[in-house]
Amino acid sequence: MKILIKNGHIIDPSQGIAGIGDVVIEDGKIIEIKMQDAGCRIQDKKKKNQASCIVHHESESKTIDATGLYVFPGLIDMHTHLREPGFEYKETIKTGTMAAVKGGFTTVCSMPNTNPVNDNSSVTDFIIRKAIQEGACTVYPIGAITKGQKGEELAEMGIMYSEGCVAFSDDGKPVMNSLIMRRALEYSRTFNVPIISHCEDISLSEGGVMNEGLLSLTLGLKGIPSEAEEIMIGRDIALAKLAKGRLHIAHVSTEGSVRIIRDAKERGINVTAETCPHYFSITEKAVEGYNTNAKVNPPLRTQKDANAIKQGLKDGTIDVIATDHAPHHRDEKLKEFDQSPSGISGLETALSLSLNLVHEGVLTMPQIVEKMTVNPAGILQLNKGALKTGSEADIVIVDAKKEFKVEADRFASKGKNTPFDGWILKGMPVMTICKDKVYE
Amino acid sequence: MKLSSKDLLGIKELTKDEITLILDTASGFKDVLKRDIKKVPALRGKTAVNLFFEPSTRTRTSFELAEKRLSLDVLNLSVTTSSVVKGESLIDTALNIQALGADFMVIRHSSSGAPHLISKHIDATVINGGDGINEHPTQALLDAFTIKEKIGRIEGLKIAIVGDILHSRVAKSNIYLLTKFGAEVRLIGPPTLVPKELEGLGVRIFHDMDSGLGGVNAVMVLRIQMERQGKGFFPSTLEYSKNWGLTSERLSMADKDAIVMHPGPMNRGLEVASDVADGPRSVILEQVTNGLAVRMAVMYLLAGVRE
Repeated sequence: MKILIKNGHIIDPSQGIAGIGDVVIEDGKIIEIKMQDAGCRIQDKKKKNQASCIVHHESESKTIDATGLYVFPGLIDMHTHLREPGFEYKETIKTGTMAAVKGGFTTVCSMPNTNPVNDNSSVTDFIIRKAIQEGACTVYPIGAITKGQKGEELAEMGIMYSEGCVAFSDDGKPVMNSLIMRRALEYSRTFNVPIISHCEDISLSEGGVMNEGLLSLTLGLKGIPSEAEEIMIGRDIALAKLAKGRLHIAHVSTEGSVRIIRDAKERGINVTAETCPHYFSITEKAVEGYNTNAKVNPPLRTQKDANAIKQGLKDGTIDVIATDHAPHHRDEKLKEFDQSPSGISGLETALSLSLNLVHEGVLTMPQIVEKMTVNPAGILQLNKGALKTGSEADIVIVDAKKEFKVEADRFASKGKNTPFDGWILKGMPVMTICKDKVYE
Repeated sequence: MKLSSKDLLGIKELTKDEITLILDTASGFKDVLKRDIKKVPALRGKTAVNLFFEPSTRTRTSFELAEKRLSLDVLNLSVTTSSVVKGESLIDTALNIQALGADFMVIRHSSSGAPHLISKHIDATVINGGDGINEHPTQALLDAFTIKEKIGRIEGLKIAIVGDILHSRVAKSNIYLLTKFGAEVRLIGPPTLVPKELEGLGVRIFHDMDSGLGGVNAVMVLRIQMERQGKGFFPSTLEYSKNWGLTSERLSMADKDAIVMHPGPMNRGLEVASDVADGPRSVILEQVTNGLAVRMAVMYLLAGVRE
């Protein structure tokens, strides 16, 4: 099966490609990229890959006219909750990966807070097999740092790594015990994989359901202060320095957090960070009226924090935009605010919300692509996130001008829990190609 | 004039005019309560269900009596003997009760926003009888009625609220109402229970009882919730009582005609000294009587919105 994507605006930051060109795919692999203007490339510090300028004029089975559209490497989400095994009523690998490809993602990394927890090779193996059988895109499991995510004993990282885990995290929970976190950062050096930290000081955040401030007081909801996140980020960075491990900070939400990470990077500490679209698109005000679809952990913060997140993305403090896709069943979100589980179903709105940053002039298009392809691939050392000839054809075609209304009821994800329902967004993926499968 | 919403969820949602309407209507009902026959047929044929998920003496009996005085059929749902213990959801509980023909639902729940959630899913009138640490609107209304009756106005008065403001829905509703009417509201208590952010509501914060009470026209004392002990809010009830307990000595710092209020239930000797609670300036029991009239007014006016 041959596919020709014609005349699209191709952006691949890993190779410094940015310009109009064609992509030729055969049997699920990119066989060549022909640029219209061979001199049309962005400055690249990395090694350049010379694109071939020859186009084979054989009978192609599918031609896609990408005039006026962007062509990116398929997006990579390094923070997704696929819920399977154990919480299939919220989402399955099948429905979660369908949501991913609808959102333009061709690779997702699934967090281990399943039931049973992914802290052993059997669950890792199950996830990988299920994904091959039923998944619409590639799934890389993230294994737990500690057994059962209890924060007490290290899980078998080596065995899970050889089975296919690409990183370790107790996400959903922090590793409260500093000694265990230190050991995790030290031990993981064996496999050169990152420890992804969910930074939350439970003693400060316990019982909290939204950002702490005047709004939480007037709603009568227990608040979570920014400091609950900042204290743990500071701690984890100090431990990363001590242990010389690779630390990646999940879902950064506050101004103070951005400042601490920026400072750590300046001091040369091996730390990377991600944020999620909701932290730069909305604030705690979305909770007004007790909207459980705006209940998320870490919570939505203030405009000041959102602005700092944008600045952090702009100056490189924050390396990645991930979704923290957290689907929940409709009935669970139709509960009293403090009884409702936290989480936003984000795969199908992430790219569009991120494109807002381009419309606002905060980031350029290649920078957005970087945050969602080459950077996560680099942190996880995946052979993905680029449009290299010979590599698997993971591609997304994006119409940056198309306006559409977010309709949660029509999400491919089982999780319809989004605070963006009804929003009009500009820019969306129109076609996602995963090796040999095409999704429109 | 009518109320604009079919529900009473909080003081935040009411305008000054709506509050005045309720208080004026309550005056009329207070007169009814002085008669020999204390019943009016106003809401005959309608059904009220009191859905109390938390314990209550005053509020529940007050609502029940108010409903009976208005000739409503009354049902009390006690949560411990309902299917809520079997895991039935809040929305399901409310929908089922509505299906039985309830026109009014009075709800007290430990989760802030519970009445708001219910009101989005049912057509019956929802009245907030106290939700979590959010609001207790009828309490603030009866407190305002009491202040107006005793002092003649709210505007320009200095009113102190003492105690665990952070966890008090009574305090919150009173803050919203009294500031709407132009009173100077003073919150007094330890910093752990009276956070600085509250200044954003247009109040003054004091941690020293004596300076806070200087010249105030009314002192509203809040119950110290025993559940809050051991969580780092204050070291012991003894220490709390020494610093913020309302004694007659402290009361003398207030205006000579200042009234003493308490929503009940009281911890005698803890947040309020017995001689103050039983003294000549205390209006605590009158608050309870006024509560009945205010709740009749609320239900009567909300019924008017449905027509």
